[in-house]
Amino acid sequence: METIILFAPLVGALICGFGWRILGETAACWVATSLLFLAALLSWIVFLGFDGETQRIVILRWIESGSLTTDWAIRLDRLTAIMLIVINTVSALVHLYSFGYMAHDDHFREGESYRPRFFAYLSFFTFAMLMLVTSDNLVQMFFGWEGVGVASYLLIGFYFRKESAGAAAMKAFIVNRVGDFGFALGIFALFYLTDSVNFDVIFASGAELAETQVRFLWTEWNAVELVALLLFIGAMGKSAQLILHTWLPDAMEGPTPVSALIHAATMVTAGVFLVCRMSPIMEYADTAMAFVTVLGATTAFFAATVGLVQNDIKRVIAYSTCSQLGYMFVAAGVGVYSVAMFHLFTHAFFKAMLFLGAGSVIHGMHHEQDMRNYGGLRKKMPYTFWAMMIGTLAITGVGIPLTYYGFAGFLSKDAVIESAFVGSQYAFWLLVVAALFTSFYSWRLMFMTFYGTPRGDKHTHEHAHESPMIMVAPLGILALGAIFSGMIWYGSFFGKTNEVGKFFGVPYEVAEHHDDGHSDDDHADDHSGENAEGDHGEAHYQLIGAPGEGAIYTAPDNNVLNEAHEVPKWVKVSPFIAMLIGFLTAYQMYIRRPDLPRKLAESQWPLYNFLLNKWYFDELYNAIFVQPAKGLGKFLWKKGDGATIDGGINGLAMGIVPFLTRLAGRAQSGYMFHYVFAMVLGIVVLITWMTMFGGAN
Amino acid sequence: MDNLLSIVTFLPLLGAIILALFLRGDDEAAQRNAKWVAMWATTATFLFSLFILTGFDPQDTGFQFVEERDWLLGLQYKMGVDGISVLFVMLTTFTMPLVIAASWHVTHRVKDYMIAFLILETLMIGVFCALDLVLFYLFFEAGLIPMFLIIGIWGGANRVYASFKFFLYTFLGSVLMLVAMVAMFSDAGTTDIPTLMEHNFGTQTFSLMGIQIIGGMQTLLWLAFFASFAVKMPMWPVHTWLPDAHVQAPTAGSVVLAAILLKMGGYGFLRFSLPMFPVASDLMAPLVLWMSAIAIVYTSLVAMVQEDMKKLIAYSSVAHMGFVTMGIFAANQQGVDGAIFQMLSHGFISGALFLCVGVIYDRMHTREIDAYGGLVARMPAYALIFMLFTMANVGLPGTSGFIGEFLTLVGVFQVNTWVAAVATTGVILSAAYALWLYRRVVMGDLIKESLKTITDMTRRERAIFAPLVIMTILLGVYPALVTDIISPSVAALVADVETAQAAFEAATMVAEN
Repeated sequence: METIILFAPLVGALICGFGWRILGETAACWVATSLLFLAALLSWIVFLGFDGETQRIVILRWIESGSLTTDWAIRLDRLTAIMLIVINTVSALVHLYSFGYMAHDDHFREGESYRPRFFAYLSFFTFAMLMLVTSDNLVQMFFGWEGVGVASYLLIGFYFRKESAGAAAMKAFIVNRVGDFGFALGIFALFYLTDSVNFDVIFASGAELAETQVRFLWTEWNAVELVALLLFIGAMGKSAQLILHTWLPDAMEGPTPVSALIHAATMVTAGVFLVCRMSPIMEYADTAMAFVTVLGATTAFFAATVGLVQNDIKRVIAYSTCSQLGYMFVAAGVGVYSVAMFHLFTHAFFKAMLFLGAGSVIHGMHHEQDMRNYGGLRKKMPYTFWAMMIGTLAITGVGIPLTYYGFAGFLSKDAVIESAFVGSQYAFWLLVVAALFTSFYSWRLMFMTFYGTPRGDKHTHEHAHESPMIMVAPLGILALGAIFSGMIWYGSFFGKTNEVGKFFGVPYEVAEHHDDGHSDDDHADDHSGENAEGDHGEAHYQLIGAPGEGAIYTAPDNNVLNEAHEVPKWVKVSPFIAMLIGFLTAYQMYIRRPDLPRKLAESQWPLYNFLLNKWYFDELYNAIFVQPAKGLGKFLWKKGDGATIDGGINGLAMGIVPFLTRLAGRAQSGYMFHYVFAMVLGIVVLITWMTMFGGAN
Repeated sequence: MDNLLSIVTFLPLLGAIILALFLRGDDEAAQRNAKWVAMWATTATFLFSLFILTGFDPQDTGFQFVEERDWLLGLQYKMGVDGISVLFVMLTTFTMPLVIAASWHVTHRVKDYMIAFLILETLMIGVFCALDLVLFYLFFEAGLIPMFLIIGIWGGANRVYASFKFFLYTFLGSVLMLVAMVAMFSDAGTTDIPTLMEHNFGTQTFSLMGIQIIGGMQTLLWLAFFASFAVKMPMWPVHTWLPDAHVQAPTAGSVVLAAILLKMGGYGFLRFSLPMFPVASDLMAPLVLWMSAIAIVYTSLVAMVQEDMKKLIAYSSVAHMGFVTMGIFAANQQGVDGAIFQMLSHGFISGALFLCVGVIYDRMHTREIDAYGGLVARMPAYALIFMLFTMANVGLPGTSGFIGEFLTLVGVFQVNTWVAAVATTGVILSAAYALWLYRRVVMGDLIKESLKTITDMTRRERAIFAPLVIMTILLGVYPALVTDIISPSVAALVADVETAQAAFEAATMVAEN
């Protein structure tokens, strides 16, 4: 069944991409879509029926060279199962939605077939993403990793006539490759250290690597820190973390369903998945993980500030994605991988929904994306409005404080923030502030789009319409996820340790309260009937899985999950208060006093421009990387190859050649002749030598 | 068939002789006949070479299909293949029918053209099969003559300059190699390559004109061979002949040059430098590794600013050959496996890329990148194939380009992390120049008036690409097809080299104490 899930999208992509001339456009697209729904259905069956036991299914041999052996194989554990449903569910819905969104497109001429190509790319992307998450070794993961990069490249550049789309596609691929550079070196280092690229071996070697020093570049490194850092550089690229984040906002050049699937729900979370997947290594790398935490928190903060002032509806959501990914990294960085996965899981639903909702607005507004030209669309697009409202409630984290009732984001984001409080004060405060900003820009988006009076082109507003059912229906399904996914799976991801352990297939045992020591043979029986509410006085559990046992590994001294449940009340309430402040500020600025934003922007123009221009990262990179690289290329070509190498050789040649030419006496076809002459001469010399001194020794 | 290798080697020559003797006239019928004779000769060669592949036993790390007979002047004619060379023979016989098919529209001196390519094929196969120094030297050097002619007669406007440069570069290397061969013969008393591989060339340090030569005779011999192979590779900084040769060569010439001729240098390193001079290889490895790493970064940067498509791909070839030399002199299983894989894979990919340039050159008669833009609107099939090979060129996993790059980098990381890190930046730079090319040629809006009537690939063109597409993906997904054949021989080679190096180190230790 896992094999069917994996290959159904590939088959769909091939049939749709190459068979549409025979099948007809619409039929081909339906083939791809139905196969994806099949994959989604099977994924849910796998997820719900999964017992926590890691399985390995080998499909085919792959790279084999000496001690390096890899197979095409599926590793099925809880992490994989979670990713399967996230990817296939969102992908199936996006396929469906695309029937409506891509029905007509002004970017293409009359009679041009672009839909089969679009669906084929979407399905191909899904296949690559599945390869990434089902992999049982780092190299196959790298295959998926680069495969999704290509699919993303193709889809961002889908409107090939647009110059900006081509540029954005290229940028996305190249910036990702910078990350891949780190990832690749991480793989090389791991192979060098453990003589394997397979997870089973790598996971088992974490403790040993922590004791190993290795020479890399200029200095000695702790092996496990080095590997963790290199792999994380890969994650930074894919998940658009600070320094390597610049491609994500530009990626919004792609059609909106693409943004929902690739740049919100699935591909960009691959980095988080990688860190969680490598938890048996990461757990030993304290310094690297501190770096992950700090960078994640900083990204969450940075992206939220930029999101405050953007006017393009998709860019606001893009920065919001960037920021939320930072949250996930903080959770992983402080050592609660289950919470990182929790936020990844809920985020996939509500962020995909926000993007698809934005797409619905854009579709209804004839491809207008500037929110300054929206306004008052609530009545015209009631379904879209409600979907976006649910998405906003979810991302801003609305729920009843100190209980477990709320939208998906309420539960998962609060879980991240509570874990951050235990792990890192820096991260905690940045995340709370970022939560405030998140609430502000999300409500700003809602108010500017759906409330107030229509702005911009009158004609467009008159023709603004609700999207067809085929686009609204997927929103409805995602809305279910955005509302309920947090409440349903709270216990599994962030409940008591025994529940989490059970969910992820990691053995656990009763731990003495505030006692580091634990005895291995004292396995606890299952107390899953207990509710997580009564924190104090209850038995505490501890994960005791060996590295590689179960889907995630938690070191014996890592008690963050337990401690996160016992943070002070004000910590638990703080994100809620931040959310309220954000909401009220947005309400004040965009509903009650719509003139306020402009005045603020004018009075605070340096700050405003700094944020609007995204902290000037693009300009900076252009100045220190792109232009110098081109300049250096030109220099090496003209001065290096041209003047130095050719100049030197030509100069030498001018001395020798006339002499040779005279010798041969033939100027025209001279070079040929010289050559043959020299060769024959050479052979003669060789043979003479041999006959004269034959068998000298 | 005791003389299978000779049959495969000389079958194309037979075709050339038939053409030379029996084909008269230059009318359309004669031209067509010339093409068909060449096509049949190359196809038959390929079919015969399949017997080599099926009869080859990968577990036997010695030479197979060995033929040995006396030749003129007391020289030996000795042929044979092992796991390292057999696939290069296959690469050659596989590529040549495609090359002939890609030359179908040639109208200028068709008979001579086909003869040149057929002779070239014989000589190239000979290089990979020869097991005698003199025979190898003959094939190796003579192979350049048809290539000169191909560039010189059917090449572009500046062909004389290009072949001149080509000549200059190769000349010095050839002379030095010849001297080294004479020295080897006088030392070992034989020109038999398998015997020479067993022979221990002296490693005693001596001083020459006041310079201490560490590794002694081996180092000198190694350097002489290196001079020849490094040019053929080509390695930085002796690579500048390649872009010029490519630009001037006709499409089919570029394909042969990139797919097969460039592999001779790498093959030479594997056949001579590593097994015969293991100590010197070890001593000189840092030099080669750094030259390779510089080549990768330097030529990638240069490729980025090219305005001529062929030049860009030529520079990218130099960068890819950097991975090959790096892998060979990492001298471990992954490195050498990867190097061989990279050479084979580069044969398909760069060959296909030059064919891609040829497709639009045939239509527009320019290689200027700026003359194109937005081709995808009118040439969707072309856009797809070009995309595939662009991605293969940047080493996308799932294509054969990835396996070679990955394995060589894995190999070199174990030897020198600096070199590995510098070389790995190649994955970023290659993406930059390859996608930048693709974007300027294929993406964007089609505005240029001259392109408005351009047509997509014909059936013949698609048929030429089909085998290359299949090989690129097949080897990327199931590389065991190649590694099963090469690995045992590579393992034996690596083990021999390590033994020799260990012995030298032990001897040095003793000498120092």
